[in-house]
Amino acid sequence: MEQIDQIFVHLKHGVVAFLPEGLQPLVSILISVTAIVLVFPLLFALTTVLERKGLGRIQNRPGPNRVGLPRLPTLFPWLPKLRLAGFGQFAADGIKSLTKEDIVPREADRVVHFLAPFVLLVPVLLAFSVLPVGRNMAALDLRETGLLFFFAAGAATELSVFMAGWSSHNKYSLLGAMRAIAQMISYEIPLILSSLTVVMMAGSLSLVTIVERQSGVNFGFLHGWHVFTPWGFAGFWLFLIAACAEANRTPFDLPEAESELVAGYFTEYSGFKFALFFLGEYLGLFAISGLGITLFLGGWLSPFTFLNWMPSWFWFFFKLFLMIAFFIWLRGTLPRLRLDQLMNFAWKFLLPMTLINLVVAALWHFTNSWNPALRWLLGAILLTFSYWILGRGFEAKFRPRTYRYAS
Amino acid sequence: MLGSGILKGLAETAKNFVGSYIDESGLTTIEYPDERQTLAENTRQFPFLVFDGDDAMKGLRCVSCQICEKECPPQCIFIVKSKDKKPDHVGKPQFYPATFDIDLSVCMSCQICVEVCPFEAIKMDTEFELSTSDRFGQLLLHKGQLAKPNSHFQEIHPTDAAVSDAALAADKAKAEAKAAADAKAKAEAGIPRPLASSPEAVTIPPALGPPNLPM
Ligand code: SF4
Ligand code: SF4
Repeated sequence: MEQIDQIFVHLKHGVVAFLPEGLQPLVSILISVTAIVLVFPLLFALTTVLERKGLGRIQNRPGPNRVGLPRLPTLFPWLPKLRLAGFGQFAADGIKSLTKEDIVPREADRVVHFLAPFVLLVPVLLAFSVLPVGRNMAALDLRETGLLFFFAAGAATELSVFMAGWSSHNKYSLLGAMRAIAQMISYEIPLILSSLTVVMMAGSLSLVTIVERQSGVNFGFLHGWHVFTPWGFAGFWLFLIAACAEANRTPFDLPEAESELVAGYFTEYSGFKFALFFLGEYLGLFAISGLGITLFLGGWLSPFTFLNWMPSWFWFFFKLFLMIAFFIWLRGTLPRLRLDQLMNFAWKFLLPMTLINLVVAALWHFTNSWNPALRWLLGAILLTFSYWILGRGFEAKFRPRTYRYAS
Repeated sequence: MLGSGILKGLAETAKNFVGSYIDESGLTTIEYPDERQTLAENTRQFPFLVFDGDDAMKGLRCVSCQICEKECPPQCIFIVKSKDKKPDHVGKPQFYPATFDIDLSVCMSCQICVEVCPFEAIKMDTEFELSTSDRFGQLLLHKGQLAKPNSHFQEIHPTDAAVSDAALAADKAKAEAKAAADAKAKAEAGIPRPLASSPEAVTIPPALGPPNLPM
């Protein structure tokens, strides 16, 4: 089991050991990079199909179920028709986006327009480098600045969004970009503040250390994930909401609201550049889901001690899969918010909640010697009460509208 | 409490998601090339020319009166009248279309050509898989492609076909009765008897062809 758990690590070390001393660090980096660049885009390909199938089922349709392997009947007439339940769809989509014409508007700022998709993709890929996807499987363990690095890289995507919106010279793009900036900056604060609780408790910015801090055991079988504490539970959901907004997922997909902005900031992108944006968005979602897993859901740790024999990378990707499924579920359920609702929600609900959560986390820290049940109760009551109060004020604002003259 | 609506919504979508795997009958999609919906009887796509008998060109009901050509809103019918005549279903010599083309890419399936035709000669087909790989040649359908037997009409629009057949039969019966009456009158012409012409013969001059048909 130990072997399977560390199989990728050993594989890499094995390959690297064959090389001369001087080349070793370079090749080691290259292998890690290749792994990230291969695995996550593949996951993206899988997710697009799963998402379309899942959304289809939610809306009582079968979703894509036709595209399988290409058959080339003239070459291989004996080959049966393989539909693979539609899982060949992503390849068809990829080929389509590669062969489509790449249109750049005449008025566009060509250089910036060209660079924007790459500026989105690179920081997102960089963010993956600090995520521990398994035991000893972080490409880069930044002992002092891991989380900071992640957020810094994540914040760089905003630049890309604005580059795309501005350079397209199109009002829809620009409006989309402006919305994106407003939204991302507003939600970055709750995102970081909710992660801050974890940093406070773990006492480290290194994501690897944060995962290790969660490996304590409760009740003899349950791992001490942060989500099992009141501040962790609240923090996880706050983080999830903010992450949803950061990744431009429904219900916070205002920057690309099809109904009013065509496609928002990437209205003027076509062909492969559009696909790159699409890829970048999904990779961003994976990265931030991965961070949520690392911070609150125990990273690569199994939930129960008796499941420890399963490989650590399995647990990470399993949790990632669940997070993605949850985001798809959310997308199939919720309509898009209005811009003022979005802003109100960030500043009047999420921000106070995260601040209160910080206080609860501090309380948790200082009541270390108390009876665990009492401690739990105190935190839960504090959070529920503030949630209720804040939620009430928030709900009062959004009663069903009455139309005085129209009805 | 804030969020209860979201939970309700999540439960609803989860129910749909799981339910669709348990019972596929809830899925409304018809997977078209594999499954087909039965078409409604009044389905209409594109006109065709009705012919009687076995030979499409001989039995064509169209008399090339060109009413449909004039009435077609997008002007997608093109008719060239013949120089000679051929007998129609009642045996009267009539012109026939030397060319009868309809442009598939222009036709808007309005059925006006069908409504205005006094000869039950053009009807709407239900065929909808009309795509071709040649957008210039093959979208202009010629007389040969347009001609379809009356039995096809009876099959796709049974109710309409029954009405149409009844009208034509009545028409034919009337024409035969009139022919018989004319023959009788001719035979009796030898006997000197001042006979007022029958009222029908006055109101319907034979040159006008069949009387108005119920549409
Ligand atoms: S259906 Fe309408 S558009 Fe088509 S040929 Fe007849 S009259 Fe013209
Ligand atoms: S109206 Fe009828 S008979 Fe006259 S040309 Fe058109 S199809 Fe032929």
